[in-house]
Amino acid sequence: MTGPLVEIAPGTGGDWRAVCAYHDLLPGRGAAVLVDGHQIALFRDRGGAVYAVGNRDPFSGAHVISRGILGSRGTAPVVVSPMYKQAFDLRTGACLDEPAAPGGEPAALPVWRVRLTPAASACAGDVAPPNGGAHRPETARS
Amino acid sequence: MTDTRRRLVLAGHGMAGQRLLEAVTDRAPGAWRITVLAEEPRPAYDRVHLTSWFSGTTAEDLSLWPAGFAAEHDIDLRLDDPVTAVDRAARTVTTRSGHTVAYDALVLATGSRPFVPPVPGHDTPGCFVYRTIEDLEAIRDRAAHTGVGTVVGGGLLGLEAAGALREMGLHTHVVEFAPRLMAVQVDEGGGAALRRRIEELGVVVHTGVGGQAVGAGADGTVDSLTLSDGRTLATGMVVFSAGVRPRDELARSCGLPVGERGGIVVDTRCRTADPHIWAVGECAQAADGRVHGLVAPAYAMAEAAAEDITGGDGAFTGYEAATKLKLLGVDVASFGDAHGTGDGALEVLYSNTRAGVYKKLVVAPDGRLLGGVLVGDAAAYDLLRPLAAAGTPPATPPEQLVLPTPEGGAAGPVTLPDEAVVCSCHNVTKGAVRAAVSEGGCADVAAVKRCTRAGTGCGSCVRMLTTLVDDELAAGGAPVTKGLCEHFAHTRAELFEIVRVKNVTTFSRLIDEHGSGGEGCDVCKPVVGSILATLNPRLGNSVHILDGEQAALQDTNDHFLANLQRNGSYSVVPRVPGGEITPEGLITIGEIARDFGLYTKITGGQRIDLFGATVDQLPLIWRRLVDAGFESGHAYGKALRTVKSCVGQTWCRYGVQDSVALAIELELRYRGLRSPHKVKAAVSGCARECAEARSKDFGVIATSAGWNLYVGGNGGMTPRHADLLLTDADHATLLRTIDRFLMFYVRTADRLERTAPWIERMEGGLEHLRAVVVDDALGICDELDALMARHTETYEDEWRATLEDPERLRRFVSFANAPGTPDPTVRFLPERGQIRPAREHEAVAAR
Ligand SMILES: Cc1cc2nc3c(=O)[nH]c(=O)nc-3n(C[C@H](O)[C@H](O)[C@H](O)COP(=O)(O)OP(=O)(O)OC[C@H]3O[C@@H](n4cnc5c(N)ncnc54)[C@H](O)[C@@H]3O)c2cc1C
Ligand code: SF4
Repeated sequence: MTGPLVEIAPGTGGDWRAVCAYHDLLPGRGAAVLVDGHQIALFRDRGGAVYAVGNRDPFSGAHVISRGILGSRGTAPVVVSPMYKQAFDLRTGACLDEPAAPGGEPAALPVWRVRLTPAASACAGDVAPPNGGAHRPETARS
Repeated sequence: MTDTRRRLVLAGHGMAGQRLLEAVTDRAPGAWRITVLAEEPRPAYDRVHLTSWFSGTTAEDLSLWPAGFAAEHDIDLRLDDPVTAVDRAARTVTTRSGHTVAYDALVLATGSRPFVPPVPGHDTPGCFVYRTIEDLEAIRDRAAHTGVGTVVGGGLLGLEAAGALREMGLHTHVVEFAPRLMAVQVDEGGGAALRRRIEELGVVVHTGVGGQAVGAGADGTVDSLTLSDGRTLATGMVVFSAGVRPRDELARSCGLPVGERGGIVVDTRCRTADPHIWAVGECAQAADGRVHGLVAPAYAMAEAAAEDITGGDGAFTGYEAATKLKLLGVDVASFGDAHGTGDGALEVLYSNTRAGVYKKLVVAPDGRLLGGVLVGDAAAYDLLRPLAAAGTPPATPPEQLVLPTPEGGAAGPVTLPDEAVVCSCHNVTKGAVRAAVSEGGCADVAAVKRCTRAGTGCGSCVRMLTTLVDDELAAGGAPVTKGLCEHFAHTRAELFEIVRVKNVTTFSRLIDEHGSGGEGCDVCKPVVGSILATLNPRLGNSVHILDGEQAALQDTNDHFLANLQRNGSYSVVPRVPGGEITPEGLITIGEIARDFGLYTKITGGQRIDLFGATVDQLPLIWRRLVDAGFESGHAYGKALRTVKSCVGQTWCRYGVQDSVALAIELELRYRGLRSPHKVKAAVSGCARECAEARSKDFGVIATSAGWNLYVGGNGGMTPRHADLLLTDADHATLLRTIDRFLMFYVRTADRLERTAPWIERMEGGLEHLRAVVVDDALGICDELDALMARHTETYEDEWRATLEDPERLRRFVSFANAPGTPDPTVRFLPERGQIRPAREHEAVAAR
């Protein structure tokens, strides 16, 4: 399938990497990708925006964040861990329910920056997500 | 212009020091010209969570020094320049760099230093203490070059350090001089249970021995530790965690009194013998004659001193120690008088050696809770600690809280008095939390955290906080929506009616037209998914729960048609109707489990659970199961699970009906029915009730004249026996009544409400239910019957349907960009001849 590609880069800076096609992402759900041994959870919301955060759930240590339910809490887009149900803000990675995981480690998920680029065969006009959504993916904090 | 402000000098910028700065600037903004003289090279940070530095928390994350704080309050913070002398007559201090700073008020907050036993070789390179970020940096560097680490000291901190070494992949020893771990906090029984738990983490525990001498290798660094019993451990590093000593050296050298065992003597206002000098935190001996080594009393002392300095009158009189270990996977807590040393103290004990659970409560003769120890299961800690601090006999006998079902229904934080301290880190009472909601206008836990600080320390009280806030919102005048969540002001039952009556076919339409719009959440999405699953045949939707937009609504279990387990793997449960299975069927399941290396276990619902499948394996496993004639058991869904049966009349000498045949019929009739919560059922062949039917949502017991139907039972946390709905019913009446009972439940129950609370909540209770489903008092039975008929007609096996559709199969990959690559972090180790999930640190070692 043609259409835009999803590219991500570490929140702290670094190279952009294409990880999958935008159409691979189901609206309202997540998917995991593997980049240099890092597991990253991608989400596409109903409005079309894409987010990328670390796939490891700090409360269980399991790599399952991508399988959580996508939702909103107030104005924050969130993913709810499927393991123990804590919500994480997809823009900042911050856990909205508990400040720290049981080991004392902070409950936040690392955030990756996201952008969409046209696939080789697609035209530049494909860059904006469908559904008329503003180009919201650039939401990561650095 | 001359500066007329008085001069406050703070020696030591640790946790207590920073709290003092916040309190002083809060109470008397601009009144003091503040100089902070700090020994460490960085501003105050959260020492309590120091260990999390090893797992990626950065020094910045740990910092307690808000950006802009210095500028806002005009604070002169001088790092890396400790105070070396105090001249009380001149009221000046001198720093290491030679500066002299004058004060009107001097606060000593110098903390404590780790005690290093003076054994030979204790200063060999490779020996460390565990107190600062620099200590941890050194430990990490050394860990990269050695495979074995030893911690001297089996107290709270020592175990935390051992856990950290283990997490870094080191083979780890703990050496403790006392006969048990955490000797200060836990008693003998608790120590034994704790030891078992710690050993399960892979840490080798040596108690009753001390470190005798540290040995060095050819390169001059640590290579062994000799113990007092003569044994020698090969080890590449030694971390001393054998207690701390107050840093009272400044006080000693300027002639201020210190306690017998160290600690600058202060009164309840945290003043030293010199009216211009205060001492707070771990360097001080408080008015109760003790040196406190925890952050909560350090904060309380900082507050008391700040009050005094700014002209108020705060006091710190003492603190009841309470501890909860932050070690991953080990629950241990102790609070109050854990050793039962008080007059006439009585003990209540619950101990299960096999499970590694040990709980002891210390109770006064009049019933007041004095303290306790919890090992292996500290769920009751949140509730017990404030009860112990409350000083009045609790409404619920505390022993009820430590019995094996700790959350057992009735007892919640409701039973706590208002004075009970809920968050001990920040000393926030239940009353303060309630006031924040009822008077402060806080509408959720996050707001209460911001407003009261409760829950922002160690975090162990957050669960209880949530319950309190909810209760208070529900009780108070605050507009309590009985709505599902922030997206819908409706209950599940109301949404069901909207979908049914208005023929709303999608979540998008429902949330846009009847809800808030937007994304929805983990509460409303699965609820709507479940409602659609029931009504799909009637709405003309695809009945497959993974089709179209419905896929986005499902919980992870439904989304992968399997049950998520703790390491991210899944378990698989094929349906075995009535628990009847052929030898061939058993062999097939056995072969599949063997071929995929799955862990097998017989469930309580008379079937076989296969654990340890990765997402990628699920379709492969199901291909084989479906080919052998098995179908989904819906163990993953809020749906009918099993209809269990006893062997019944066919074989049993006492049986009066064929319970197995009926159980199979019922299970096939209701399989796949999505409901507000799981539904369990059973059929017994006579009144002896071997199938335990009365502990089920619906249970059938054979009589010589027909069948008795019971409804609303369950096991689990709050066990309840089902109530009799029909007596001596014939087969047709029985089926019809169960059809209606189930559909009425599916239609009107709340989210996650089992049948028992649903019936209890119903006005008129069981009698009303009987009127509706037996006598059709509401005139809805035709509709209920029709809905159930549609369900049975349109039922299809979810797994078979999934395997037939490449679109549906696409989701069963671990990585969208690397299909076929399984999640490398899902790892297993052997145990009792099968697999078990590797814990995180074990997985690292295996990789
Ligand atoms: C790994 C670890 C885990 C912990 N876990 C918990 C826990 O779970 N719960 C709990 O309640 N507590 C815990 N604690 C204890 C808690 O951190 C302390 O009780 C708390 O930090 C005490 O605060 P303080 O300000 O008195 O001392 P500190 O935070 O130690 O601060 C003292 C500061 O003064 C500096 N200083 C010393 N002498 C001078 C001088 N002459 N001039 C200038 N500066 C000086 C020191 O360098 C230090 O920076 C833990 C501690 C550690 C190390
Ligand atoms: S319930 Fe009755 S029929 Fe069933 S096994 Fe027990 S004794 Fe036999």
